[in-house]
Amino acid sequence: MSGFDLSAILGNPEYADMLLHGIEMTFIIYAGSWLLAMMLALLLLGLRLSPFRLGDPLVAAYVSYHRNVPTLVQLMLWYFGIFTLMPSGIGNWLASHNAESIFAVIGLGLCQAAYFSEDLRSGVRSVADGQMQAARALGHGYVSAMRFVIMPQGVRNALPPLINHSVSLFKNSSLAVVIGASELTHAVKEIENLSFRTFEIYLIGTVLYLFFSLVIMSIGAYLSMRADPARSARA
Amino acid sequence: MIQDMIAIVRDYWLLLLVGQYPNGPLGGLANTLILSALSITLAFPASILFAMARLSKSRLMRWPVTALVYFTRGVPLLMLILWSYFLVPLLTGADVPSFVTMLTTLVVYQSAFLSEVVRAGIVALGPGQMDAARALGHGYMGAMRYIILPQALYNMIPSILSTFVSTIKDTTLGYVINVPDLTFAASQVNNQLLTQPFQVFLILAIVYFIICWTLTYFANRLERRITRRRAGLLKVPTASPVTPSKIVSEQL
Repeated sequence: MSGFDLSAILGNPEYADMLLHGIEMTFIIYAGSWLLAMMLALLLLGLRLSPFRLGDPLVAAYVSYHRNVPTLVQLMLWYFGIFTLMPSGIGNWLASHNAESIFAVIGLGLCQAAYFSEDLRSGVRSVADGQMQAARALGHGYVSAMRFVIMPQGVRNALPPLINHSVSLFKNSSLAVVIGASELTHAVKEIENLSFRTFEIYLIGTVLYLFFSLVIMSIGAYLSMRADPARSARA
Repeated sequence: MIQDMIAIVRDYWLLLLVGQYPNGPLGGLANTLILSALSITLAFPASILFAMARLSKSRLMRWPVTALVYFTRGVPLLMLILWSYFLVPLLTGADVPSFVTMLTTLVVYQSAFLSEVVRAGIVALGPGQMDAARALGHGYMGAMRYIILPQALYNMIPSILSTFVSTIKDTTLGYVINVPDLTFAASQVNNQLLTQPFQVFLILAIVYFIICWTLTYFANRLERRITRRRAGLLKVPTASPVTPSKIVSEQL
């Protein structure tokens, strides 16, 4: 193999297309699973805070399962296991609609929801009790007090861990390659097989992941700076 | 379905436990645990050095380690595994077993993560401990060795246990480079059976859950205990207080 040559990959339209498609799929999987996780996390939080007595242990069990089983195993269980148990109508539809990516979104989203809901819970718990009492005294009902007084403060408290977990969700999206989704890691491995330029393509893949992770981290840092009233008052 | 699962466990428990061990390399759950334990044992001393380097006043010490930590935090573990898979044989010039490749990756990855934990532990002690130790005549290294690290590491025991749990979970990624661990054994079982993938992978999930949940449970209990002890709420067995009368009686 001749020396180090990035243009052998970036200059080749076929490889560049594969890379772009990989980035696109990575972001589709990331965005899909992030949204699924956040919606589910809010639902889990609501269930946990609700007066429904079984809510708390149910959510605790959900969180415990997703935190103590490796994400890869969860993805395998979804794709190799649950997929095969589905009625053939749904199974066929999924198979013709990029089932790998759909199950990656489901698996990663359900798993990440556990982390997000714990982040939100500890954020909400760190809002002082007096806030709820004060909001109720001002005439807010429970839901409205949650909506306007408790949740804005709770989410703000929860921002740092939420950002960390958003970055790790982005990195975990690379696990989708194991169930065959054609995302960035998949593209990197494919190009490596075709071009034999191992060093160059791994370097490109790594730099891309690092770059997007840093972008997500800095968006998060910007948001938490904006959300912190003390810090924006000081600035 | 539960009967299917019991039958799978009954037929394949040995493969899941030790892989093809007497007739082949060690694998299965045993290998998963050995890999996790080895990597955390090796990562631990490295993480202390990294943490001290990041807290050092010298830029030459601080910057490379900071770069390493940001790098490992920003790149998926899977990508690092692929790097090692390609680089380790190139650097050593030998055919390296996938177990060693995986071990190398995990040590680098976990020592970067653990170093942040150690650093937080040291910073949480407050500067007074270091000042006091220096005032007593300890040099920097002496103060670290006898005053700072023992306290910081004690406070960190629960975090180390949680890192161990995440290492166990991370070992599953060895699957992509065919490390013969528990996940690998389960997929072998799945390939032999072909008809019951859900049952096989559910067993796999349950086994991981039991191990990780138990460790997490102990980590949480230990954390509460240590917090209470630090707050002075827990009675610690100490030497009986020396009373003046005792000193007098000993002098006589």
